[in-house]
Amino acid sequence: MNIDSIKDGVVIDHITAGNAMRIYKLLGFDKLECSVAIIKNVSSKKMGKKDIIKIDSDIPLNLEALGYIDPGVTIDVIREGKLVEKRNVDLPETLHGVLTCKNPRCITSCEQELEQIFTLTDKENRVYRCMYCEAKA
Amino acid sequence: MRSVINILDLSVEEIDALIATANDIIANPKKYSEVCHGKKLATLFFEPSTRTRLSFEAAMYELGGHVLGFSDAGSSSATKGESVADTTKMVNCYADIIAMRHPKEGAPLVASMNSKIPVINAGDGGHNHPTQTLTDLLTISRKKGKLSDFTIGFCGDLKFGRTVHSLITALARYTGIKIVLISPDELKLPSYIKKDVLVKQGIEYVQTDNLEEVLPELDVLYMTRVQKERFLSEEEYIRLRDSYILTAEKLKIAKEDLIILHPLPRVNEISVDVDDDPRACYFEQALNGKFIRMALIMELLGLKAE
Repeated sequence: MNIDSIKDGVVIDHITAGNAMRIYKLLGFDKLECSVAIIKNVSSKKMGKKDIIKIDSDIPLNLEALGYIDPGVTIDVIREGKLVEKRNVDLPETLHGVLTCKNPRCITSCEQELEQIFTLTDKENRVYRCMYCEAKA
Repeated sequence: MRSVINILDLSVEEIDALIATANDIIANPKKYSEVCHGKKLATLFFEPSTRTRLSFEAAMYELGGHVLGFSDAGSSSATKGESVADTTKMVNCYADIIAMRHPKEGAPLVASMNSKIPVINAGDGGHNHPTQTLTDLLTISRKKGKLSDFTIGFCGDLKFGRTVHSLITALARYTGIKIVLISPDELKLPSYIKKDVLVKQGIEYVQTDNLEEVLPELDVLYMTRVQKERFLSEEEYIRLRDSYILTAEKLKIAKEDLIILHPLPRVNEISVDVDDDPRACYFEQALNGKFIRMALIMELLGLKAE
C-alpha cells in the first residue's frame, strides 16, 4: 500500500495497534483541513503490529493527551521532506483539559470555567487524580 | 503566599514547630494576646459549622485580632453565582488571612490559587480538614508526650471519615506507629489509602471488626461517627451503628493510659458514662483545636510573640 510521503508535517509512529482512531478523534484530527492518513496494522519488528498517523501539516500536537492515550508513541517532525526531529512521548505528569472529573462533590462540577487538571499519582498503575478533589480519573 | 490546604502541605518539622507554639500558648496565653493586633481573619463558611468556625474565631480574638465573614453560603455572594476565585479576590481587599469551609471538594485550593493572602482549608466536603488533623496531633502529643511509637485504633466509619484519612496520612510520616483499623466490612478504610499510604510507607496495620478484641493493646483510640446517610436501609445503619458503642464497661479491659479521641459531634458511639473517665480526651481535643489554630494563624501571618 502506498501513501504519499509528506513534505512539512508530522508522523505519529509506534501507535499501539487499534489506538489510531482513538487518537484521531481525541486529538481532533477530524477537524483538520489538511491530508491525514491513518495506517492500521502495519508490520513492526518491535511491536508485531502498529498503527501510524501521517499529518500533512506542521500542527501543534497535544502531547499530554497523546502520552495519556498511548505512552510510547514517537513523533517525527518532517520539514522539506526530511526528518528534522524525533520525539518520544511518555506518560505525562499532568493533564490539562484532557479528562473531566466525575466526582459530583468536586468544585469543578459547579464551577465549569475551572481548568480540568489531573496529576499522575501512581505511574505503575497509570492512576491520575483530579488536582482539586483528588478523585481517581 | 503560603496556604494550608492539605495536612501534607506542612512538613513534619513544621508540624512539630506548630505543636511547640501551641504548647507555649497554653502555658503563657498572655504573651500571645496582642500578636495579631490590627490583623483580620475572614471566615468564609459556605456551609454551617459550629466547632470549626467558633474555634477559628476564638483563636483570632485570643490573638488580639479581628474576625469578619459569613457562616453559610446563603448570606454570601455565592447565591448570586459568584465564583470561589472572585469571592477570594474580593476578600483579599479586606482581610489578612482566610479560613474557608466549602461543601465542594477542592474549593479552598481554588481560593489559594487566587489569593495573595494565606488560605486555611477549614474543611472541603469529604476531602481534607487539616486543622482537625493538627488538633488530633497536638492532643496525642500532649497526652503521650510524643508522636511516635504507639498503637492507635481507628473505630467506626473508616470509609467516609475524612478525619481518619488525614490523621493516618499525617501519622504515616512518624516512626513506630502501629495502626489498628476497626470497622464493619461495609465501612473499611478505602484500599487506595492502604496502598498509597500504609503499604507505601511500610506502616504496620491490622484490620478487624471486633473492638473488644483489640482494645487492650491500644494506646490511642480514635472513635468516629457512623453516618446514617451512608446507608440504604435503616436496619443496616442501626445494626452497624450499635456495634461500636464505647461504654465504661468495655473500657475495663483497656490500658490505664489509653486516650480516647473523637472529632465530634458524636451520636451514641461513645456512651456519656465514658465522659467522666480520665481517659476521655475528646472535649480537651476540641479545646486544643483553638490553640493549634492560633499557632497556625501566627505562622502563616509570619508573626511571633515578643
